[in-house]
Amino acid sequence: MAFGPHLLLAVLEGLVTSAVLALTALGLSLVFGVMRVVNVAHGELFMLGAVLAWAITTSIGGNPAIGFIAALLLAPLIVGAVALAAERLVLRKVNYDPEATIVATIGLLYIIQQLALTFYGADARPVLPPFNVRISLPWFGYSGYKLSIIAASALLLVISWLVMTRTKAGLIMRATQYDRETAQAFGIPVDRVYAGVFALGAMLAAIAAVLIVPISQAHYLMGQDPLLLSFIVVIIGGLGSLRGTVVAAVLIGVSDGVISVFFSPTLAKMIATLLVAMVLVFRPQGLFGRTAR
Amino acid sequence: MIDALTVSGLDCFYGEVQVLHGLDLTLRQGEVLCLLGRNGAGKTTTLKAIMGLVPARQGSIKLSGIDLTGLPAHEVPKAGIAYVPQGRRLFAEMTVAENLEIGLNTRRKGRATRETVLEMFPLLRERLKQRSGTLSGGEQQMLAMARALCVEPQVLLLDEPTEGLMPSMIQKIREAISQLRQRGVSTILVEQRVDAILSVADRVSFIENGRNRETLEIEQLRADPSAVKRYVGVG
Repeated sequence: MAFGPHLLLAVLEGLVTSAVLALTALGLSLVFGVMRVVNVAHGELFMLGAVLAWAITTSIGGNPAIGFIAALLLAPLIVGAVALAAERLVLRKVNYDPEATIVATIGLLYIIQQLALTFYGADARPVLPPFNVRISLPWFGYSGYKLSIIAASALLLVISWLVMTRTKAGLIMRATQYDRETAQAFGIPVDRVYAGVFALGAMLAAIAAVLIVPISQAHYLMGQDPLLLSFIVVIIGGLGSLRGTVVAAVLIGVSDGVISVFFSPTLAKMIATLLVAMVLVFRPQGLFGRTAR
Repeated sequence: MIDALTVSGLDCFYGEVQVLHGLDLTLRQGEVLCLLGRNGAGKTTTLKAIMGLVPARQGSIKLSGIDLTGLPAHEVPKAGIAYVPQGRRLFAEMTVAENLEIGLNTRRKGRATRETVLEMFPLLRERLKQRSGTLSGGEQQMLAMARALCVEPQVLLLDEPTEGLMPSMIQKIREAISQLRQRGVSTILVEQRVDAILSVADRVSFIENGRNRETLEIEQLRADPSAVKRYVGVG
């Protein structure tokens, strides 16, 4: 293949990664921003979404589209419920203390991972995509499903932005993020906001996982890469900045795609890590983050 | 006449350190009560305890008969108390309009309340779309008061509203406090400087070491300012 089309293919692959990464990282950023909780188990909630997508599509059977739509609706709800339970039973009990929540979510990581290993097993299992359309470009054919992932992610990001900036729920979340004490003095039940945000963050990860699982299979260890990349994205983009999260996800995803295709995946990871180091040195608040008040 | 707010025997702690020692306080209906005292005397803690932001370990807080003690912090404002914290604590990244909306949401007040508040602070109307962090100090203080008034409170708690403002702004804030008194809002005003409050306060409580040492009518204080020297240290 000539260089031009080869590059286009690499960019498209990168954009698919970016699309999934942006949703996952947005969930992490939301939890980190509003609750000041570093959710180390975020990747496992992603994995849980993928495993549940397999379970749901397998149990429904029939037309893959029906199973997939069911998974897209049910898996995030179940993952959200799991996160809600974890928030009430664990994070709330340690009073959202920053250090204690890191330790607690590390524990959560292993619990979810081992439960998945016990009940789902160590195999990687495929989920059929809802449709099989190949978009034929002049140089190569490309999966229509992959393009639909990009579209779905873009749509969800726009919805998230509208919710954060235009709705009462968004206003409440932003107020809690900015100053929880003053928020309480204006009748905002910070405790319930936290529960909702933690569940919402987990649901975003689960949606991302359901979208990606037809291309990458469900496996009980699949949560580690998304966790690492999400942290990279949140650090580069800046805490609590939706725009920063999207820009950083595209940056990391596309560069990962291009460098992986032309050089090696290891080099891509090295460059991403170097980028994080540079951001931390020269712009610790992230590209779009604001300096702490 | 029933008192607007009664605090009795309040003990509050920050960790193991006791900040309030059996503090008693009575706010009469429609008056401006000023809390005077040195830094660290417990004035701000008293306001935070009333708002439920610092838990009361002993004692009680009653709003015209309703017991507020032990309510979760977000339920307290819904009973009709609004708080203007020290340093204003605006949601600086949000616009003026959004800050007001947060105030209005507290007790589900609507347009009418917003209009009344904006009539009191017409300056804010021109700045509704502006990010509140970019307002001048005086404008920010007005917004902090406006946000609190969007709660339509019976009781207003003001923590050093004139701190760091230029004299013309201080005058405007004082006028606003007097205007609120005319409307029947009962106010607790925390200040460090006595000259800032003589023209607006009805009574003054002197706070020292987490206790209310003495409460004086403003006329008594004018006639004999020695209490100021005793509890605040400066005339």
